[in-house]
Amino acid sequence: MLRFFHQLGSPKHFYRIAGSWIPWLAAVCGLLMLYGLYQGMVVAPTDYQQGDSYRIMFIHVPSAWMSLFIYVVMAAAGAIGLIWHMKLAEVIAISSAPIGASFTFLALVTGSIWGKPMWGTWWVWDARLTSELILLFLYLGVMALYGAIDDKRTAARATAILAIVGVVNIPIIHYSVEWWNTLHQGPTVTKFGAPSIDIRMLIPLLVMAVAFKLFYLLVVLMRARVEVLERERNARWVRELVEAP
Amino acid sequence: MSGVQEFFHMGGYAVYVWSSYAIALVVLVANILVPVFQRRKLLARLARRQRRERRQP
Repeated sequence: MLRFFHQLGSPKHFYRIAGSWIPWLAAVCGLLMLYGLYQGMVVAPTDYQQGDSYRIMFIHVPSAWMSLFIYVVMAAAGAIGLIWHMKLAEVIAISSAPIGASFTFLALVTGSIWGKPMWGTWWVWDARLTSELILLFLYLGVMALYGAIDDKRTAARATAILAIVGVVNIPIIHYSVEWWNTLHQGPTVTKFGAPSIDIRMLIPLLVMAVAFKLFYLLVVLMRARVEVLERERNARWVRELVEAP
Repeated sequence: MSGVQEFFHMGGYAVYVWSSYAIALVVLVANILVPVFQRRKLLARLARRQRRERRQP
């Protein structure tokens, strides 16, 4: 087990191991998404208040969860890279940013499309929506900062600091619906006691949440492999790989 | 309305529901394609560099 983690730290082995995981992750993630969509779009009943519009939830809520989760992973990986100079952590951190930005974008856009028929408006400057928009800007800032510095290791350090400072936004997003009066509805799944949601709606939601997590793992490994290749382009194993792919 | 029609009708919210799902599909597919093409481009670039180096050592 220890040897496994030690090997994972070496770029060459990471590239190989990640490459062998990718097809399996893709298959499981794809199947889960299809199952979740079937459960959500066909099996789950119509909501008595929101009609069928609530079905946007099955992508909106997992996207929003992922936007927060990926940010925490990115900041933690950035911190590990900063403290222990672990190159792979730097790679994971920077590979996470575009995926996190994608999910934040999805959460905002699907939320907006859901808001139009339910609230009568595409957008309000309430606490939940505004703090989520700031999260998107944080992700874009991380990507822009990394791209603006030529030396990748310096770039990774600067980016990690920005990502860590931005973590302050995460509890603000999470608790915004409790701290302020917002138009956005409160949590229905994570609150204490029994979740106030029909089990036939909860199952597809959780399946989609797991599928989105796997999707992140899949794409972050794909992106990290490219980043590792780029950084190690002068190493012998990359030269050999290029000769015989 | 038949079952299939009803499904696509989404209780009158078809525009909202299906546009959400379409955008999500585009974003997810793009996330998969970007690293695939990046990797191909990088490998091609490195291969060109190595060929150049072999010709003029």
